[in-house]
Amino acid sequence: MLPEYLNERVSKALKREKLGLKDQNEILKKIEQTYENAKISPGEAIGVITAESFGEPSTQMTLNVFHFAGVAEMQVTVGLPRLVEIFDARKRPSTPEMKIPIKPKYAKTIEAVRQIAMSVRETKLVDISEQIVINVAKGNVEITLDRKKMRDLDIKPKEVLTKLIEGMKGLDVKEGENSIILKPKDKETVLSEVYKLKEKAKEIHIRGLKGVTHVLPIKNKEGDYIIHCAGSNLKEALLIEEAEKSRITTNDVFEVMDILGVEAARAAIINEAVKVLRDQGIDVDIRHIMFLADVMTRTGKIKGITRTGITGEKESVLARASFETPLKHIINASLIGERDDLNSVVENVILNQPVPLGTGLPGVIVKLPKGDKK
Amino acid sequence: MTDVYLNERFVGSVTNGKSYVNTLRDERRKGVLPLEMNCFYDQEYDIVYVDTTKGRARRPLIVAENGKSKLTEKHIDELKSGTIKWEKLVKEGIIEYLDASEEENAYIALEEEELTKEHTHLEISPISILGLTTSLIPYANYGGSSRLIRGSKIQKQSLGLYATNYLLRMDTDVNVLLYAQNPITKTFMHDIYGWDKYPAGQNVTIAIMSYEGYNMEDSIVLNKSSVQRGLARSIYFKPFNAEELRYQGGLVDEVCIPDKEVKGYRSEKDYRLLEEDGIVSTNTKVGQDDVLIGKVSPPRFLGEFEEFNIATNVKRESSVALTHGDSGVIDAVILTENEEGNRLVQLRLRQSRIPEVGDKFASRHGQKGVISILVPAEDLPFTASGIVPDLIFSPHGIPSRMTISHLIEVIAGKAGALSGRSIDATTFDAMPEKEIRKVLESLGFRDNGTETVYSGIDGRELKTKIYVGNMYYLRLKHMVANKLHARATGKIQLLTRQPIEGRAQGGGLRVGEMEKDCFVAHGTSLLLKERFDSDRTIVRICENCGMFGVYDSFKNKEYCTKCGANVKISSIEVSYAFKLLLDELKSLCVYPKLILGRKY
Repeated sequence: MLPEYLNERVSKALKREKLGLKDQNEILKKIEQTYENAKISPGEAIGVITAESFGEPSTQMTLNVFHFAGVAEMQVTVGLPRLVEIFDARKRPSTPEMKIPIKPKYAKTIEAVRQIAMSVRETKLVDISEQIVINVAKGNVEITLDRKKMRDLDIKPKEVLTKLIEGMKGLDVKEGENSIILKPKDKETVLSEVYKLKEKAKEIHIRGLKGVTHVLPIKNKEGDYIIHCAGSNLKEALLIEEAEKSRITTNDVFEVMDILGVEAARAAIINEAVKVLRDQGIDVDIRHIMFLADVMTRTGKIKGITRTGITGEKESVLARASFETPLKHIINASLIGERDDLNSVVENVILNQPVPLGTGLPGVIVKLPKGDKK
Repeated sequence: MTDVYLNERFVGSVTNGKSYVNTLRDERRKGVLPLEMNCFYDQEYDIVYVDTTKGRARRPLIVAENGKSKLTEKHIDELKSGTIKWEKLVKEGIIEYLDASEEENAYIALEEEELTKEHTHLEISPISILGLTTSLIPYANYGGSSRLIRGSKIQKQSLGLYATNYLLRMDTDVNVLLYAQNPITKTFMHDIYGWDKYPAGQNVTIAIMSYEGYNMEDSIVLNKSSVQRGLARSIYFKPFNAEELRYQGGLVDEVCIPDKEVKGYRSEKDYRLLEEDGIVSTNTKVGQDDVLIGKVSPPRFLGEFEEFNIATNVKRESSVALTHGDSGVIDAVILTENEEGNRLVQLRLRQSRIPEVGDKFASRHGQKGVISILVPAEDLPFTASGIVPDLIFSPHGIPSRMTISHLIEVIAGKAGALSGRSIDATTFDAMPEKEIRKVLESLGFRDNGTETVYSGIDGRELKTKIYVGNMYYLRLKHMVANKLHARATGKIQLLTRQPIEGRAQGGGLRVGEMEKDCFVAHGTSLLLKERFDSDRTIVRICENCGMFGVYDSFKNKEYCTKCGANVKISSIEVSYAFKLLLDELKSLCVYPKLILGRKY
């Protein structure tokens, strides 16, 4: 009666305890009984129960303003807005965040960790240049590099030059005295084009992970160094030599999906949701969250609980129409002649028929008398 | 050069903004410039703003110069003796009004001792941060700001004497508290306001303890015997009126006892209280559905009726009657005329409102609660000296809300009641707790306000000492009598055939979307169906085309308007709202075909 993995564990444990056959049977019986009792009966409205289990406590969530007072922390979306973000499956979190643990052998001093953190942060050309100006007379862009900042970040001018050549194709990149000069190859360039060039040059990526705007090295309770990053770039983070790759986390579920696959994305959804709820001191059973994550990822893609996501994929026209944008659904249904079999809750409430759930689920099978066909 | 703006408009510039502003102020204090003028020098942008417009909130402050207040002891003595008045101080530039922008330039000392040379003004009193209602809260400096806000909000809902001429007025929704009292613990504002002339509340003896679990979740236990002696009793007035309207063709409404021929005649019983003139007299007891003013109106569409109707004089009934569940005594009848010269009949219904389970009470500290039970005095706990509380307040209301002022009022009220005087509980300036304790001690009571209490049920001494004292309690205008509502069947909407909404119309209570979810979550599918059965209908469906068929009850035949009589027509039960939905879809040229199957 027990599933295989449970059976194995139980029999192993029984062997270890060296019990008599009678006792063994007794225990097995009890376990089976407990397992049987824990099963959900057919017709239980687990979806609604999950929805209520989330909905009721989330009305108690408050915008926790006191949370950030004075602590070296980064601004992260928490509470209801974050929960909505997760379950709506927004493509990007409003505050992407990544945590990179550092291998102990590289984290001997806080200085070393800080050095790593600085190399993780994205450095753009603007960050290391004193000024970027357009020389109107010559029709070019002059970049004056900030030597001090470059020394701090350990960046050589050569490196900047190569990055610039890479990033600004179709341009003449020359090293002047004390500055770098960008000049369009086409001599008759209009000034507005030069301006665009300048703006593009500012954003040239020099070093670090793209998208990571802030870094904050933190020593956690276990004594491990973790770099908190505002902005997430899992793909590049996995290439960092000093990082403990198996423990890197990000709050961008879609990024996890792209890089590690749908099962990891499911786990990420669960983790993120649990994190939000724990933060607010709300106790929702993990199985509700797991169920929701399952529903969101069951197609192999992440789908939010929105009219474009799983709610929009409901079978029934009436059910979809009663959620959002009824006109769209009714028009489309009438165009293709859609059929509604009234298999779910809302349709039957609209028609005032018993809902096929709980006591309304079981039907009666009757053997009809011979004369009556159909 | 500093730009000068007068009433937001550029008027010119001066060389030194700061000294210019100071000159303006001096001139104002001397009386050369108007007292309503305020000026502000913006140091950051180097701009002077002068404002004389209306609508700015301004507040009075004492002017200070060289570390000395301009208001001297002499002034205060003169004020006390009445030889000078406030206006004079304002005119002389001792007190001046600042608006929000001029306050930016001011450096205000809170106390006279704090004054330094840099200070420009002195606060008249720290209480000026509070408004009228908030300053009515005793010991407000011992309570949190959120509770003070709630406390002042609650005071506005309390019953009292709202106007001395209430018997001559015809206001809607009027409550008047009988036996209203002046509080024992009062603030300076009670005297300024004239609270003794318009009191709203009563001094009650309270015990802070639980009572058989009846005061859970902010509910309060009230002494039934006290209520019977008149505690928190109030009267409620409700006006009714009828107007003799004029219609086209010289027709007028008529206030009278309606004829039996009148269209929409109620039953004879409903009209029994009407006098000859068609109006009930004063001091008549009226109950639900009783007609208060009998009135008939001319028919609606006059032209049509005259041509076809034989009975020419079919008038409509348009009496004013009490709604379902309402009752009371007619307090006053007023016959008058309105501005258009139409005859106007006004009635005032009076109801005696004795506190009952569900009525709302509150102290002045934002501590509101609802009566959960009325207990006879013999069942209530009593102190060693035989005092029985009027009200029992739950101690669970205190820790999370931190209304210390509530607790202090209890002993302050107790000290006041026992020594026969009122206690000054003005914010920041109240009689200190130490002194209250001294008073209690000198009167032979425990100084912390607790008492030995015996159970009212079995007479045994309670193991703990109970905090007993006096408080000023307010009866709030939210009473169950105005809110109680339930219905089985009743009026339905014409369009959807679902029950109508609202207590006043005798409507239903909605089982909404979330309530529906609860039924679903419980799996009580058939119960859910029954709940939503209010608009169920039987419709006939043509099984050929899937649209509505027709039942001809005269011929006892079913047919389909499209497919004729030779098709199978089946009856199904659906909600009327669904039938409407299908009709609506059809009107949009969408063909909703119903395919019937066997249910089992």
